[in-house]
Amino acid sequence: MSAADRPPVIEFRGVSFAVNGKAILDNFNLQVREGETLVLLGRSGSGKTTALRLINRLQEPNAGEVIVSGRPTTAWDAIELRRGIGYVIQETGLFPHFTVERNVALVPRLENWPAERIRTRVDEVMRIAGLRDGQFESRYPHELSGGQRQRVGVARALAADPAILLMDEPFGELDPLTRAELQGEFQELQRALSKTIVFVTHDLREALLLSTRIGLLEEGELVGLYTPEEFLRAPEPLAAAYVATLEAREPNRQARREG
Amino acid sequence: MDGFFEFMQRNGSQIAQLTLEHLWLVIATMLLATAIGVPLGILVTRKPWLSKPILGGANAAETIPSLALFGFLLPVPWLGARGDRLAIVALTLYALLPIIRNTVAGINGVDPAVRESARAMGMTDRQILFQVELPLSYSYLLAGIRVATVLTVGIATIAAAVGAGGLGEFIFRGLAMMNNKLILAGAIPAAILALGADVLLGMLERRLRYAR
Repeated sequence: MSAADRPPVIEFRGVSFAVNGKAILDNFNLQVREGETLVLLGRSGSGKTTALRLINRLQEPNAGEVIVSGRPTTAWDAIELRRGIGYVIQETGLFPHFTVERNVALVPRLENWPAERIRTRVDEVMRIAGLRDGQFESRYPHELSGGQRQRVGVARALAADPAILLMDEPFGELDPLTRAELQGEFQELQRALSKTIVFVTHDLREALLLSTRIGLLEEGELVGLYTPEEFLRAPEPLAAAYVATLEAREPNRQARREG
Repeated sequence: MDGFFEFMQRNGSQIAQLTLEHLWLVIATMLLATAIGVPLGILVTRKPWLSKPILGGANAAETIPSLALFGFLLPVPWLGARGDRLAIVALTLYALLPIIRNTVAGINGVDPAVRESARAMGMTDRQILFQVELPLSYSYLLAGIRVATVLTVGIATIAAAVGAGGLGEFIFRGLAMMNNKLILAGAIPAAILALGADVLLGMLERRLRYAR
C-alpha cells in the first residue's frame, strides 16, 4: 500500500482558530496519513505550533474540526486523547524534580502499568532514544546536556507507545553537531517505528531531511503541500524564497571563485 | 544590668512555662494559617479573578494594628471566651498574607514548558497540582511559612494583653513596673525563638529547593 492510499490518522477540516479576535489559523485543511512524517514549515507566528496543539486538544478550534483516529478532538476525552499522543517540545518540559527514569515512565505510570512492564519499557525506549549504559536513569534533568535532555524528551514521548508523535522544533536549541546527530537518529527511529509524526520547524534543511511531506504555512494558511523533491522545484514564491536561503548559505562561494 | 542572670535563673521555671505557652500560640497559629493559606493560594492560581479579593483581604488584615485587632475580637462570643483562642485567630489573620503570596508565587513560577508538557502527557489538573506544581513550589511555600512564623513569634507577645499568656506577660509586666529585667526576660527568649524558627525552616527550605 503506497503512502497516498493510507487512511488519514489526523485531519483538519476547515479549522479556524483565533485569539482575542486575531486569526491564528484560518480555514485550515490538511490530512496526515498513517506512518508519514509531515513537517509543518513556516516562520514564527505562522500558526504551525497552534496546529500541533489542536491535535492533542491543548487548544480547541473556533470553527471546523480536527479529527484524530476517526473522532473529532472535542468528542475525545482530552486526557485519553493526550495519553495516546507523544509530544516533544524544544524546551523539553522535563520535570526537574523527577529523575530521568520517572520522567520517562510518566505516562505508563499514569496508565497504571505493572512495575515490571514499566521497567522493561523504560529500558527499551531509553535505548531507542540513544541513552544506553543504564547510567542516566537515576540522574536529574539539570545534570544532563541539552542533547541528552532532548533524548529523554523523545524517550518520554515514546514510552506508552503512542501511534502519533507531535514534535515542536525538538532540535531547535541544540548545537549544530548534536542536532545533526539527533536528526540522523530520528530518521532511523522513524524507519523502525513507523509512527505518524507531525513535526514543526522553521528550518528547511531539517524539513527536507526528515519529512515525507512538507506543509508550508504563512499567516495561518496552508500555502502548499509538497514532497521534499517537489518543494525544491515549487513555483510558489514563498517556497522558492525558502529554497533560496539554502543556496545563500553556501560559504563564500563567490569569494573563493574570485580569489 | 546588675544581677540579670541571677534574675533569669531565679525565674527559670516561669520563663520556661511562658516560653512553652508562646510556642503553643505560634505552632497552633502556623498550622491553622498554613491549612487555610495554602489552599487559598492554590485557589488564586486557578481563579485569577479571586486574586484581588483574597490577597486584598489578607493585605487589609495586615494593616490593622495588632493591639486593636485583639481588642476588636474580644467581644466576639466564642472567641472572646479564651485568650489563647482569640490570639490564635488574630495571629492567623496576620500569618495568612505571606503564606498565600508565596504559594501563588511558587505555583505561578513553575516553568510554563513543564506545565505544558504535563498537560500534553495527559495529566489531570489534580495530578499536575500534586505531582508537579506543589512539589516544585515547596521551597517557596516554606519561605512564606518561615516569614510568617518569625512575624507570629513577634506579634504573639502582644497576645498577653488579652490574657493569652506567652512571653508577652513579662514584657507587659515589665512595662507596667518600669522594670527592664522583666522586659528582657520576655524579649530575649522571644528573639531566640524567632531566630531558631528562622534557621530551622531556612535549612528545610534549602533541602527542598529544586533546580527550576
